[in-house]
Amino acid sequence: MSKISRRRLITTGLAAVAGVGGLAVADRVARRYGLIPPDHCGVYGPGETLDYAAQRILTRHSLAREFPRSMISKSPFANAIAPPNDAFKRMQTGGFSDWRLAVDGMVARPGSFSLSDLKSLPVRSQITEVVCEEGWSYIAEWIGTPLHEVLNEVGPLPQARYVAYFSIDSDWWDSIDMADALHPQTLLTMGMNNGDLPLGFGGPLRLRVPRQLGYKSVKYITRLTVTDSMKSFGKGLGSAAPEGGYAWYAGI
Amino acid sequence: MVRVTHWITVFAFFALLVSGGEIVISHPRFYWGETGNVMMRPWFTIPIPSSRGTVPTGYSFGMPDANGWSRSLHFQAAWVLVLTGLMYGLTSLWTGHFRKNLLPGKSDRTWRALWGVMAKYIRRAPLDEADAHSYNAMQRMAYLAVIFVLFPLVIWTGLALSPAFDSAFPMAVDVLGGRQSARTLHLFITGFLVIFLIVHVAMVYLGGFKRLMRGMITGRVTARRERV
Repeated sequence: MSKISRRRLITTGLAAVAGVGGLAVADRVARRYGLIPPDHCGVYGPGETLDYAAQRILTRHSLAREFPRSMISKSPFANAIAPPNDAFKRMQTGGFSDWRLAVDGMVARPGSFSLSDLKSLPVRSQITEVVCEEGWSYIAEWIGTPLHEVLNEVGPLPQARYVAYFSIDSDWWDSIDMADALHPQTLLTMGMNNGDLPLGFGGPLRLRVPRQLGYKSVKYITRLTVTDSMKSFGKGLGSAAPEGGYAWYAGI
Repeated sequence: MVRVTHWITVFAFFALLVSGGEIVISHPRFYWGETGNVMMRPWFTIPIPSSRGTVPTGYSFGMPDANGWSRSLHFQAAWVLVLTGLMYGLTSLWTGHFRKNLLPGKSDRTWRALWGVMAKYIRRAPLDEADAHSYNAMQRMAYLAVIFVLFPLVIWTGLALSPAFDSAFPMAVDVLGGRQSARTLHLFITGFLVIFLIVHVAMVYLGGFKRLMRGMITGRVTARRERV
């Protein structure tokens, strides 16, 4: 009996040491490869970090599923939106010709783009599904300028790690890492199903991030900021979502 | 190891059940196919109020939104469940737990043998001494089904709900018939797991709660005392 328990003690001890050592190595590797999300603190930090790290390893370059035209939803659901503010209404009266997308932060050439500037860059369309964290979904065709085309114009600095994006409604802002920012399907969307993007769906300008849940696809985008850290934005958790209890990374 | 992983799994499963139920409240409508939303006809609706004003439920009041912590708890508990399950699976292969304790003996792998056990339960026949120390054929089949069918399926259908996971493994959701089908299946499989849980707990209760709980926690089983 005592022999077995001694052997047990030694194995358990070794396993514990290996476990702690393994965690320390994992932490170093995760930091080195940017696998730690901005909202990694708190009770659910371990889960958020595992979700983000695992999916980053699996999905750095993978493409969101695209669907045939026949699968476009006949009745898409726009979800509720906050009433437009005065600034928005003014621009709406002018047919959004004054709408500007400002791009600043860690870029070589900060700039400001009108909707027609964006349309003069390469435009692509994709038929992807919007998936809400509540469980519902619909498929639509989205037409717009890939975010990487705009980033190309402004030249992100090598230390850039996140692109933060802001709605005209200051309650809504978010950020994605460079893997998602440079992803070919991340689209500054201006059109939907062969028409202009309707207001309810985020028109005139919505950032579509199809590999993440709908709440990452913020509506009415007016500003992008390229940065190496999300610490100085809001409460430093990466976006408005974690401040309301939701995860920054929404690939799941 | 079997006992430790069992109780961790109980803890994680309970967290998953509560948080999963919370998430359902935000959209208690279920669909079949790829897409589904309030503009479309659901396959069925769970008749409960919703935490979202956009969902028509027939109730005049809504529930508080708890999806933020529910989703975080759901995924964190899922990690605990999956990692614990892997640890249980690997050690059980190593120690021969599956072969020795769960795979029914050769003579028991027939419908007749299963029916025999069933008949015993129905007659409420007293168990033999051997039954007190090992699982009978029906218990073995039930545990194997939960470990190798229901848990893998519930994990698969859950992962299929992740848009990023689907971008890496589109087949995972396509073969289930689309993401709304995957969501509905996730609910059904959870239902089967809950049925198992109810029967399992009822059996422990009927089999002598104190004695079996002691066994499940300490690993020591005392023989059943004859009831007078």
